[in-house]
Amino acid sequence: MTRSSVRFLHRGEVVSLTDVGANETLLDYLRLRRHAYGTKEGCAEGDCGACTVALGTLQDGGLEYAPVNACICLLGMIDGKELVAVEDLAGANGALHPVQDAVLRHHGSQCGFCTPGIVMSLFTLYHAGGRADRQAVNDTLAGNLCRCTGYRPIVDAALEACDGTPRDAFAAHRANTTERLAALNDGEDIFIGDEEAGFLAAPATVDALARLYVRHPDATLVAGATDVGLWITKQLRALPKIILLGRVAGLAEMRETEQGFYFGAGVTHAQAEPAMAAIDPDLVELLRRFGGKQVRAVGTIGGNIANGSPIGDSMPALIALGTTLHLRRGQATRSMPLEDFFIDYGKQDRAAGEFVTGIDVPRLESDHVFRCYKISKRFDQDISAVLGAFRFTVETGRITHARVAFGGMAATPKRAAATESALRDLPLDDPQGWEAICKALAMDFQPIDDMRAGARYRLETAQALLRKALHEAGGTASTETRLVGLRPEDTERAA
Amino acid sequence: MPPEVLQAERTAPGDGNGAVGRALAHDSARGHVQGTARFIDDVPEPAALVHVAPGYANHAARGRITALDLDAVRAAPGVAAVLTAADIPGKNDCSPVFGDDPILADGFIAFHGQVVFAVVALSRDEARRASRLARITVDEEEPRVSVEAGLASGETVVPDYQFLRGEPGADMKQAPHTGSGSLHVGGQEHFYLEGQVALALPGEGGAMHVLSSTQHPSEIQHLVAAMLGKPDSDVVCECRRMGGAFGGKESQAAQWACLAALAASVTGSAAKLRLDRDDDMIMTGKRHDFRVDYSYGCDDTGRLVAVDGALNARCGYSADLSMAVCDRAMFHADNAYFYPSARILSRRVKTDTVSNTAFRGFGGPQGMMLAERMMDDIACRLGLDPLDVRKRNLYGRGRDITPYGMKVGDNILPRLVRELETTSDYRERRRGIAAFNGSNRFLKKGMSLTPVKFGIAFTLKHLNQAGALVHVYTDGSVLVNHGGTEMGQGLHTKVAQVVAEEFGIGFEHVKITATKTDMVPNTTPTAASSGSDLNGMAAKRAAATIKDRMAALAGRLYQVPKAEVRFADSTVTVGGQDIPFAELAKTCFLERVSLSSTGYFATPKITWDRASASGRPFLYFAYGAACSEVTIDTLTGEMRVDRVDLLHDVGNSLNPAIDIGQIEGGFAQGMGWLTTEELVFDAKGRLTTHAPSTYKIPVASDVPEDFRVALWKSKGNREPTIYRSKAVGEPPLMLAISVFSAISNAIASLNPGRVPALDAPATPETIARAIRSMQDA
Repeated sequence: MTRSSVRFLHRGEVVSLTDVGANETLLDYLRLRRHAYGTKEGCAEGDCGACTVALGTLQDGGLEYAPVNACICLLGMIDGKELVAVEDLAGANGALHPVQDAVLRHHGSQCGFCTPGIVMSLFTLYHAGGRADRQAVNDTLAGNLCRCTGYRPIVDAALEACDGTPRDAFAAHRANTTERLAALNDGEDIFIGDEEAGFLAAPATVDALARLYVRHPDATLVAGATDVGLWITKQLRALPKIILLGRVAGLAEMRETEQGFYFGAGVTHAQAEPAMAAIDPDLVELLRRFGGKQVRAVGTIGGNIANGSPIGDSMPALIALGTTLHLRRGQATRSMPLEDFFIDYGKQDRAAGEFVTGIDVPRLESDHVFRCYKISKRFDQDISAVLGAFRFTVETGRITHARVAFGGMAATPKRAAATESALRDLPLDDPQGWEAICKALAMDFQPIDDMRAGARYRLETAQALLRKALHEAGGTASTETRLVGLRPEDTERAA
Repeated sequence: MPPEVLQAERTAPGDGNGAVGRALAHDSARGHVQGTARFIDDVPEPAALVHVAPGYANHAARGRITALDLDAVRAAPGVAAVLTAADIPGKNDCSPVFGDDPILADGFIAFHGQVVFAVVALSRDEARRASRLARITVDEEEPRVSVEAGLASGETVVPDYQFLRGEPGADMKQAPHTGSGSLHVGGQEHFYLEGQVALALPGEGGAMHVLSSTQHPSEIQHLVAAMLGKPDSDVVCECRRMGGAFGGKESQAAQWACLAALAASVTGSAAKLRLDRDDDMIMTGKRHDFRVDYSYGCDDTGRLVAVDGALNARCGYSADLSMAVCDRAMFHADNAYFYPSARILSRRVKTDTVSNTAFRGFGGPQGMMLAERMMDDIACRLGLDPLDVRKRNLYGRGRDITPYGMKVGDNILPRLVRELETTSDYRERRRGIAAFNGSNRFLKKGMSLTPVKFGIAFTLKHLNQAGALVHVYTDGSVLVNHGGTEMGQGLHTKVAQVVAEEFGIGFEHVKITATKTDMVPNTTPTAASSGSDLNGMAAKRAAATIKDRMAALAGRLYQVPKAEVRFADSTVTVGGQDIPFAELAKTCFLERVSLSSTGYFATPKITWDRASASGRPFLYFAYGAACSEVTIDTLTGEMRVDRVDLLHDVGNSLNPAIDIGQIEGGFAQGMGWLTTEELVFDAKGRLTTHAPSTYKIPVASDVPEDFRVALWKSKGNREPTIYRSKAVGEPPLMLAISVFSAISNAIASLNPGRVPALDAPATPETIARAIRSMQDA
């Protein structure tokens, strides 16, 4: 069965829209169609958070609220979810929501333009369960820029309001909302529009997706829209055929396997976090600094891979770990080492009508040492200038095998072949001997100058990261080598 | 500070009900958190509305336009009109002073992003799409992009200017120690969260009502009128609030208001122009980046004998506000230090880039970088603690005349610095940092305590005036309007507090309205931190005039001298009787006493003669100091701010919550300027960091958890300002220089005696380069 409408829950009512533009954003829907002006456009590219709204979704049967940048979220993507915008927080007689009340009392607004977005991000933290600590607040706010306050009063408001015991109307209606969202999940494919002129489709199964995409290999696949959204809002590209992946049940699968973990292409970065944590804490830190919460809530593992960005931040880590990529076209499937997927800038080994179905990430063996570092101008919610990932196999103080991959150093995420072979048989107790190996990186990479960093800095930093990884592999605690992202075993030891 | 403490704290009791000095919430805070505070794009749209989008030559930075083919633009869906310079009926200029900023380029492109035409279409989306269809042929010339390229060509936007005292060249030769250096200080994008926006509503008889997100409604009025060839009285400019401005909407809101008004005039429909963020960042000016050159001579204790400094500012293609910005940089090249012999030279370098403009601090921050770098330079070369060097050079008795001849008469810095030295535990932490650096291979700490002295007044004398209009209605409610604009700084809240205080009524009875040129005319920009100094005083005078009339009537009715009539707690006490304020207002109407008045204020005492570079450009100075501690990763150049202590002087605070907000927010903004915010132009003069994805302002985690902010326990401004408060908008931004200096201090630990060649912003890459400079040689 196919449905030709987008349905979502808003203010306790099911909204059903049949006239959804394939490229229509959620922000335009709110501001232009609903005249709901509380949600602001600050940048129209998902980087400032002024347009943040909350989406209620069912995760394993439970209701969770996630922050989303409405400016680059396609309207069709909210099918089956509860939409909460700033106007929807008002209680009886216009009473302030506890989060709004705290922001007001702590003097957390000055010009007020970022404030609705900040309130909505904090609304999701308010419902996240557990008392929020400073790290949680900072992480929640990483995707919300405020140019006036310096954040201190906002953080204080969040620490006060997000006490782990939500008492608002949304908490009161939780059971009802859960039930209604479950009812919306009808498992039907969505198709709005015309096969010739253009359409918005949201298949519900992998088979339906495979059939549709083979028929329309010129369609644009959209998962989180954190990049495709900008094609629409900034490049003003017309994308007449849109296939949304968010409803494809089979793509969201995540499971433990014999070798490690399988992640479906549709698993979001937020969802992947616990499994990544089970592999290595550096992956958690990498994910924590991957966009803001708004980006991680919708951006998917598969999207980050398929998009093929040279600075796709998860790529070097996944490559160093030895990840296998799975693709499908029609009924045909194939697999390859992840690094082989990236051919050149903007070019991947993906045929017309073929899509990423998932990845297998092996877990680390007991003789593996894994390290991953991200260098960016700003720690949080920035794109890396250089990202290095290392998996050393260490036997009796000596590296027997190495997988080394970098982002930001070439036109694609890339393994450092010369460096890897130079690392073989390297003793970890002799830092003098490492310098020649650091030089090998210059054979692997000839980085370029751009707005994120210069070529010289990139190469020297890549070498510095290798040195850092070797020191840490040799036993130096991360408390001595890092400013952020300390490894738990080191902080526990220090404590 | 928790809000309950703030609310209990009253630092500047007035004589009324106590509205002044209380930590009241921003008047729009409730609307902010609910999303109901309306910005211009949130105003319900008129039925027949057209949208305007600017168009430019995406490939060219400089050159003559040889062909302009707009056929495809005109033919695009939804397009109602395409505007070029030829469509402007009056003057094609949106400059603040010098007449050199065309609204639409006329035959020549002077920088990448300069607007050549504007599309008017039925939707914003259609206007934007059409704007990309132009074919603009340009006889391209090599653009001068960097300050060095501009210096090499020798062209300036306004002539060089200098302060000279003594013979610094000769005096320096006599000094026991000399040093010299040079640093680049980067520019800064304002990144107001609400981008540039204007909505023009044509009225009858050719009138034009322009809603503009602007710090300077009167200038918008004048420029729109001149562009349309109409008298000023035909144009009204209105601004209820801005979603941030920071100087970026002082002169540079005008172009967008002019284009919206032109579109409205041509089509007869209401017209809105809201810039896309990327266009906004490409098309509008930024904080000036500088190359700062200095040489100095000092004695064995690090005390300066002579200073020779050059402030080379990249101004861009036109003058805009660069003359005043560069003047202010010169006024602050001493920061808080006495230069016995000094030359401060300023070059206003012309480049083929967007015209740089006002930004919080207005050149002052860049000027101060000279002073603070010099202090660190001296400390490094002489092996002294940088704080000792700074303290020795502070203005003091007998050493209190600035290079521009003004006496520093209200100097509290020696005491303020000493107090911060104690409360920040500077000496003990200095020892701890030395120990940390001794035992850590990769991570190094640094700390710095830097002062700020910032001159308050527009250096252009005629701007130091303000007007206000106050109405009392017969139910006792009060409406106030003044020439200042609200950009988040809480000006309207402070002015309403002043009016409430004057009438002795509750703050909630005072209604604040949009700034409008038909309510208060001939206003000056809300800038130079002067908003509450000027408008607060004007509003107080307006209210006082009405109060005086009310008191006179009450005195007459109750037969007591009017001086004995008291206004407090919404009650007027006269001859032992308590009359509700509202009742007296009603009585005034019945007795035919006017309940409306204007108020006017002009700052006294200031006398600046630019030609002779002498006089008193400032009414007073605002002071503060900051102590920042950082850790750097010497492998990668990454940096974290560990702890910050701020102590700032606001005189008697009109509203401590708002003032603390200005201090913290200004500090964070300054920290961004000096650390993560990097403007990158490519060789073709194109800004490559034109979006928040590539231009990184601070986020929550960049502000240290250990962030201690205190107001200096002041006995009040020595000058009789409004309730003896002090201006607070800009000065705290410069407290962030302590972060930059602390980074330099951490790098200096790598090779004692050597001065780190650290440029701003101190990105990981810049820090890594400075680290390398310590190891080479």
